[in-house]
Amino acid sequence: MRHVDEYRAPQAIKGLIQRIAATMTRPWTLMEVCGGQTHAILKFGLDELLPERLRLIHGPGCPVCVTPLEQIDRALAIAATPGVIFCSFGDMLRVPGSHGDLLLAKARGADVRIVYSPLDAVALARREPTRRVVFFAVGFETTAPANAMAVYTAARAGLTNFSVLVAHVLVPPALEALLSAPGSEIQGLLAPGHVCVVTGYRDYERVAARYGIPIVVTGFEPLDLLRGVHAAVVQLERGEARVENQYERAALRDGNPAALQVVRDVFTVCDRKWRGLGEIPASGYTLAPAYAGFDAVQVFGLTDVTVDEPADCLSGLVLQGRLRPTQCPQFGKRCTPEHPLGATMVSTEGACAAYFHYGRTPAQAAHPDAARENEVSAL
Amino acid sequence: MNGFDALAAGLACPVPVNDDTVVQMAHGGGGRKMAQLIDGLFLPAFRSDALAQLGDGAVLTVGRERLAFSTDTFVVQPPFFPGGDIGSLAIHGTANDLAMCGAEPLGFSVGLVLEEGFPMNDLRRIVASIAAASAQVGAPVMTGDTKVVDRGKGDGIYINTSGIGRVRDGVSVGPERAAPGDVILVSGPVGDHGIAVMAARNGIDLVTQLLSDSAPVLPLVRALLDCVPEAKAMRDPTRGGLATALCEIAVASRVGMRIDEAAVPVRSEVRGACELLGFDPLYVACEGRFLAIVPPQAAERALAALRGFPDGAQAQRIGEVTAGDPGRVLLRTAIGSHRRLERLSGEQLPRIC
Amino acid sequence: MCLAVPGRVTAIDGTEEFRTARVDFGGVTREACLAFVPEVEVGDYVLVHVGFAITRVDEEAARLALDALQSIDALDGDDDAAR
Repeated sequence: MRHVDEYRAPQAIKGLIQRIAATMTRPWTLMEVCGGQTHAILKFGLDELLPERLRLIHGPGCPVCVTPLEQIDRALAIAATPGVIFCSFGDMLRVPGSHGDLLLAKARGADVRIVYSPLDAVALARREPTRRVVFFAVGFETTAPANAMAVYTAARAGLTNFSVLVAHVLVPPALEALLSAPGSEIQGLLAPGHVCVVTGYRDYERVAARYGIPIVVTGFEPLDLLRGVHAAVVQLERGEARVENQYERAALRDGNPAALQVVRDVFTVCDRKWRGLGEIPASGYTLAPAYAGFDAVQVFGLTDVTVDEPADCLSGLVLQGRLRPTQCPQFGKRCTPEHPLGATMVSTEGACAAYFHYGRTPAQAAHPDAARENEVSAL
Repeated sequence: MNGFDALAAGLACPVPVNDDTVVQMAHGGGGRKMAQLIDGLFLPAFRSDALAQLGDGAVLTVGRERLAFSTDTFVVQPPFFPGGDIGSLAIHGTANDLAMCGAEPLGFSVGLVLEEGFPMNDLRRIVASIAAASAQVGAPVMTGDTKVVDRGKGDGIYINTSGIGRVRDGVSVGPERAAPGDVILVSGPVGDHGIAVMAARNGIDLVTQLLSDSAPVLPLVRALLDCVPEAKAMRDPTRGGLATALCEIAVASRVGMRIDEAAVPVRSEVRGACELLGFDPLYVACEGRFLAIVPPQAAERALAALRGFPDGAQAQRIGEVTAGDPGRVLLRTAIGSHRRLERLSGEQLPRIC
Repeated sequence: MCLAVPGRVTAIDGTEEFRTARVDFGGVTREACLAFVPEVEVGDYVLVHVGFAITRVDEEAARLALDALQSIDALDGDDDAAR
C-alpha cells in the first residue's frame, strides 16, 4: 500500500535505529501521546529495537481508556431504554462501566450496533424513523469534525430521532496536567500526528515553551515513529525545546480549517473528567447551544451522575506514564483482556492490552534487548 | 502525602466485567472466551477422550477402520456473500474438518433451522448450493432434518452439518503430534473469508472484488497426503484466524513455534481492509485454507504438492516448530523484532483508535 | 488514537451538499466524505478517518522525507565501505 509500505522498509528502519543510538550520549525519556502510536510501537517491536537507554512512556492518548465510568454508565442507561438503537465505534464496546459493558448490554437485549463512521448512525436514523438512534461521540480532536458533521447533517435533515452522547476529550490540556504533575519524568513528547492534522500544532508551541521540552509531531508508521524519536533526541542532545513536524506529508501548522470550522459551529469547550486523571478544565467538548436538542443527556433526561470508582487498578498511573503495565501487580493475573480491571486493558489501544497481546513480560519490559535474546536463544 | 500517593489515591477503576451469567458473542468468537467455555463447561460435562483431543473431528476405530466424525454449525450473515453462501459453506466447512483429520468424506447430514418468513427462493438457492458442494466433494447428503421457528426467533437460516469419513491408511494427523523441527506451511493467502463477509455488512460497506475463500481443501489435502503421508498435523483457520489455529496446535502438542510474518501470504485487498478497520490479518477467518505441519525433510515435497493446484499456488512455508516454552508462538516481524502471538480474547472489533 | 489510513481517490460524486469520494485502499474501496478537503481531485491520496478525508497526502513532502532518509542510509553505507 502506497504511503504505508515505504514507512515499513526494514533497511531504513535499521539504519535509523543505528543513527538514534549513535546520537545518544545519555539516557532520555520520551512519551508518545497517542494510543495508535503505542500500538504501532508494540506491534512492530520498536521498543525492542531501540537502544535500552531510550525509554518510551505510553501516554493517555486513548480516548477509550480515558472515558470515565459515568460516560459508560450513561451509555448503558441509554442503550437499555426501549426503542433505542445505540451506535458506537467498536473500541467502546468492551470498556467496563459500573455494571458491565455495552457488549454485555447487547447480550441482555439492548440494540447496540457498531458503526465505522458517525454518518452511518445518521443514515440509520433516517431509515428507522420510529426508533431513537443515539451515537456515542467519543474521540480526540481527530474525530470531532466527523462527529460534528454527523450532528450538522442530522440538523439539516430535520431528524428528530437522532442524538449524540458526547464524550470528546482534548489533548493539550491533558498534556499540561501530566507535565505539571510532580515527579513527571517526561523529557520530550511525540505529539499525536492525526490530532495535529486536524488542529495544527500551534497549541503545542506554548506547551514546549512552558515546560522546556521538545515536541515532535509524529505519524504512526515505524519510520514515522523513529524519525520522531530521532528528532526529539537530537533536540535533547542540543538542549533545544521546540515544536518540530515529522509528519510533514499530513500535518500543517494551522491544521485543517474546514474541519476546525465545523467543530467550532457544533461544539463548545467544557470541563471534562478523565479516567485516571480526574477533572481537567477546558479539556472536552459539549454541544453548542444551537445543537443542544441533539444532546442525548438532555433527550434522555440523565441526571448528573457521579460514580465512586474503586481504586483497585492502577490504570491511572499507567495512563500518566508513571507505571509500566508489567509493573502493575494485577497485570496478567487478576487483570487480563478477559477480566479487565481498567480500560487500559480493555481497549486494544490501551497500554496494558497492547503489552498483554504483544507478549511483553516483566523481564522484557525491564530489558527489552536481553529479553529478546533470551527468547530467541530459547527457541 | 506526596504527589504519587495522591494520584494513587484518586485512581479510577471499574468493577471487572467477567459476568458469565449470560452468553456473549465472544463465546462464539474462536478465541479465549470460547476456549474457556469449552474447557470449563463442555469438557467436564461430556468427559470423553475423543472430545478432549479437541481436533477438528473425532477419530474412532471401528474394527480395522478408523472413522472421523465432525460437526459444524453455520450462522453466517449475510447468507449470500461474495464467493459463496451459507449452503456451500456448510458442506465445505465440515468436509474440510474431515480432511483435517486425514479422512475422505463418506457422507453428510444437514440440519436446517428456518425462520418463518424466510424467502423460499433463497432456500432453493441454498439447497442447490448444498447439493453442488456435496457433489464437488464426492460424498452425498445422507440424512437431514428441518425445523421452522417463529418469525423473529431465527436470523433467517441456520445450518448444522455433520460428516463422517474414513481416515486414510498410513496417515495419522492430530493437533498433538507436532514436534520440534517440524515445518509449518500454509496453503494460501489468509483472511479472505473474514474480510469478504465483513465487507458486505451494513455499516462497514467496503466494495471489493475479494471473494470468500470458502472451498473444499480436499484435493489439496489428498495431494499433500499422497506425497507426505507422514504429515503431523493440519488445521483450517476459521474463527480466530491463523494465529489462533497455531496457538491451539502449539498448546496441544506442548511445543513452541516461530513464525516469519513476512512469509505469511496476505492479499492486498485483505491488507487494505485490515488497515482500514484496524484488524490484524493473522486473526481474520479463512474458509478454504489450511495449515500443515510436516517433518522438515518433507517440506519441499509438501509445498510442491500444494502448489500444483490453483488454490494452492501461494502455499508458503511460514515457520517451524521449536522446543521453546509449550504453547508459545513467537512471530518475527518484517523488521526483525519479535512479538508473541496470543489467542484472541474476543472478536476483533473495528476500531477508530 | 486516530486510525487514519491513506487511500487513493478513484471517483468523486459532487451532487450532494458535500462531495463524497470512492477511495481505494489496496483493492478495497470505501466511500469517504470530502467536506474537509475541498481541493482534492481524482488520483489524489487522502487520509481517511471514520469515513472522512481529513487531509490530502502531500506527495512532495513525502518524497522529500523519504529521499532524505535514503541519503542517510547511503552515507552510512559509504562509511562501512570505507572501513
